[in-house]
Amino acid sequence: MSTSEIDRQWTTRLRRRVEGKLPPEKLLPDTQPTYVSSWIYVFGIATMCSLGVVIGTGCILALRGPQWWHGSDYGHFINSMHLWSVEIFFFCMVIHLWGKFAMAAWRGGRALTWMTGVVTFLVSIGAGFTGYVSQSNFDSQWISTQAKDGINSTGAGAYFNVLNMGQMLMWHIVLLPLGAIVLTGMHVLMVRIKGVVPPFEEEAETEVAQ
Amino acid sequence: MAFLLSFAALVPLNNLGHYVQWHFLEISVANLMVIVLMIITFVVALLAPFPGRRRRKENR
Repeated sequence: MSTSEIDRQWTTRLRRRVEGKLPPEKLLPDTQPTYVSSWIYVFGIATMCSLGVVIGTGCILALRGPQWWHGSDYGHFINSMHLWSVEIFFFCMVIHLWGKFAMAAWRGGRALTWMTGVVTFLVSIGAGFTGYVSQSNFDSQWISTQAKDGINSTGAGAYFNVLNMGQMLMWHIVLLPLGAIVLTGMHVLMVRIKGVVPPFEEEAETEVAQ
Repeated sequence: MAFLLSFAALVPLNNLGHYVQWHFLEISVANLMVIVLMIITFVVALLAPFPGRRRRKENR
């Protein structure tokens, strides 16, 4: 095979593009700029850590089933861990969102980083709501019967039936977590490619220097 | 176990929830507390000194 033929292969072109955009030292950097040493930058990784606990406890709940999580001490414990890790996940995610909004973190060509974060937030809310109606108890019955009128008024009820336990559970344990994990991965890769957004004064100094 | 149960008794969850109402806005006290905690954490995260920050600035 000639060199020009190898250059034309999609695998070669993709590899070179990835290497150009995300060299190993950018993917796993040794250092970060000084302005990153602030507590406000901790909440992004705290959100990801709690997402890890959410997924881990969710996997255990999926393995053992509703009778177990409603009827045993260990099941109650894992069920509570799943709930509280979600609470911490949203707590940290909202503080991360406030911090990044105040920094106007979409500056410097970081619009895709911002948007992947926004969509992850929306997908996570969907995962939370479908979790409420997947508990398989009176609470989930109450919530789903309250939600159905709102969903039906939009016309989406024909495709997204909150009273359909099987459908809601599949959204909650397959589609929405998959979306949240893929989007979080994209979000982190975008942060690695574009770097952490600098403070306003730092950006102004860079512009003056240029 | 008894130690943990004493914590559970601190917050009775079998009673009706408490709500705060202001004009058309209504929110449970529990949700309001979470929002207040988030605001406090946000402010603390902005103001609290980060370990090693001064050393890094000096090395810059």
